[in-house]
Amino acid sequence: MSEEQMIAGTPEGGAECLPPNPVEGFLRSERMPHIWCPGCGIGTTVNCFARALLQSKLDLNKVAVVSGIGCTGRVAGYVNLDSFHTTHGRAIPFATGMKLANPDLTVVVYSGDGDLISIGGNHFIHAARRNVDLKIICINNFTYGMTGGQLAPTTPVTAISSTTPYGCYEQPFNLPNLAESAGAVYVARWTTYHVRQLTHSIGEALRKKGFSFIEIVSQCPTLYERRNKLGDGLDMMEYFKESSVVKHGAATKEAGIGFQGPITVGKFVDIERPTFLDLMDKQMTRTLDAHYTGSVVEDHVRG
Amino acid sequence: MSEPSVNEAKPSQVPPPARKARGAIHVTRNRCKGCGFCIAFCPPKVLEFSEEFSEQGYHFPRLKNPDGCTGCDLCGLYCPDFAIYGVMQKYGKKQ
Repeated sequence: MSEEQMIAGTPEGGAECLPPNPVEGFLRSERMPHIWCPGCGIGTTVNCFARALLQSKLDLNKVAVVSGIGCTGRVAGYVNLDSFHTTHGRAIPFATGMKLANPDLTVVVYSGDGDLISIGGNHFIHAARRNVDLKIICINNFTYGMTGGQLAPTTPVTAISSTTPYGCYEQPFNLPNLAESAGAVYVARWTTYHVRQLTHSIGEALRKKGFSFIEIVSQCPTLYERRNKLGDGLDMMEYFKESSVVKHGAATKEAGIGFQGPITVGKFVDIERPTFLDLMDKQMTRTLDAHYTGSVVEDHVRG
Repeated sequence: MSEPSVNEAKPSQVPPPARKARGAIHVTRNRCKGCGFCIAFCPPKVLEFSEEFSEQGYHFPRLKNPDGCTGCDLCGLYCPDFAIYGVMQKYGKKQ
């Protein structure tokens, strides 16, 4: 290990002088380096998520990560937590089942826009409507990265993808507005440039009870940027830096993203609403009275 | 990949040599994919691409001005490949 590493800034120091990488314990180191392309933003978001998780002081044995299919779906395989790599679009149903069967778990759904919003869109809106206590982290890179850069429901109008070679003419989803309309209690959007704010926001979502949604606008240098001639990952990061407008509490209806247009970022929604399990307990108690002994599923799991 | 800015530091920007380094970075060469985020977004601009190649064929970052590093660990937060991180020397631990 020491041969692979280089210490700079400590002429007289050795590897022992520096503490290990703070997120190393969070990763499955034997799988590194990961498969994401040079300049891809997903690794940055995992870095932020790891730091938020470490700062939150949560018991890592009670945190589970659920991913669907896609580039972002690989996150479940790289984090050293209990993790599920589920079928395409079904990350939220798996996560809902985990949460209801074991309410002590903190369940994080970590997936991409194509997985969560396109094929999994129905599950997304209904989990938000029910307010299932899940933390949804959605990486929006405007395209289907793993399958070859096809049109995604988040591709901005006029952008070129492999299935729209003459430019996209479909209205894309405005994800924060979709989540708020469907009933999410916490909605935020950041880009891969806003690492500190993103870490803080993920920490808030981990503490929040209810359906929390964080959209992370990310770059895809290999497909989206190459086809649209936008340069490499760093060029997109510069665009995020220059075009992002931080507006906490902004109306999500106004937060749509146009092709290379301004990106409204910030925390849009932070409200309180009873969760699915709270409402179930309340209704069951009202109906069954003494016959209902609290969260039945929970007691069954605890044995 | 942005162009390596090897010789861009003007003499006036280099801190006096008596100044003690406040931070250090740690690079795992074989994880780096040379995206350049750490170099572009380093607040004191003390990083540059090395001229050497890693085993995978990428130029990894190195300190061009070791005394300027503050150990803020922003490079570690930006790195998509978990290849670099910074520590504050004063406390001997991550910020």
